[in-house]
Amino acid sequence: MVARVQVPKDARRGEVIRIGILIQHPMETGYRLDSANQKVPKNAIRRFSCRYNGAEIFSAEMSPGIAANPFLQFATRAAESGTLEFSWVDDEGEQGSATEPIKVT
Amino acid sequence: MKRRSFIAAALGLPLLARAQAQSREDFFNSFDTDGLVKSVTGGRSAQRGRVNLELPLLADNGNSVPMKVSVESPMTEADHVKTLRLLSERNPERAMAVFHLGPRAGVAEVSSRVRLAGTQRVVALAEMSDGSLYMGTADVVVTLSACLDGAG
Repeated sequence: MVARVQVPKDARRGEVIRIGILIQHPMETGYRLDSANQKVPKNAIRRFSCRYNGAEIFSAEMSPGIAANPFLQFATRAAESGTLEFSWVDDEGEQGSATEPIKVT
Repeated sequence: MKRRSFIAAALGLPLLARAQAQSREDFFNSFDTDGLVKSVTGGRSAQRGRVNLELPLLADNGNSVPMKVSVESPMTEADHVKTLRLLSERNPERAMAVFHLGPRAGVAEVSSRVRLAGTQRVVALAEMSDGSLYMGTADVVVTLSACLDGAG
């Protein structure tokens, strides 16, 4: 699963920064029919989490109520330089992850 | 059409338009928002306020509707938003998403894109660190519903 992450390249300590992520995923509702008129099984990113230097700062439980190729934007206070780790898992158990460095001055 | 019935119909039109304007409001108010909130909180009601849910008034396509929710909160260790739920009055799955926040967020703001299966009232429910519940709602007219295939 491919993802695109938006994190400011550098931030000032204590500043509130916005973190955005766009994950390529169909978020199948379970109601859609394929070309053979068979129901496509439900498959959505069930859980998403973001860690800042190992500590979880944001997590989400999602359903097919979130649009395909889910986009999430949330905020955090810049604390120290390091890495932001993103990880997620869908209903079929497939996992994805991404990391992004952050420089705090 | 006879002249008399035409005049009668013409006179009736403004009344009809008014009745329809009334029914739009009634339609959104017909949703049992309190019942929906109670179904996920174990019977507790939420106060209105502090939560601001931004959704377009009219969504052409229910498959992807931009959504932003923000909560008035200092987001400190003592007073912050713990969880933020998105509830739908009309989607097959009522609980669209749950977001877990904490004091490190700085501000209580989450943006995403949602699927909406029809014109409805959407509810954002926030649980604060002291356990209190606040909610904000948004009424969206959806022209093309999501989840149409085989949903019926």
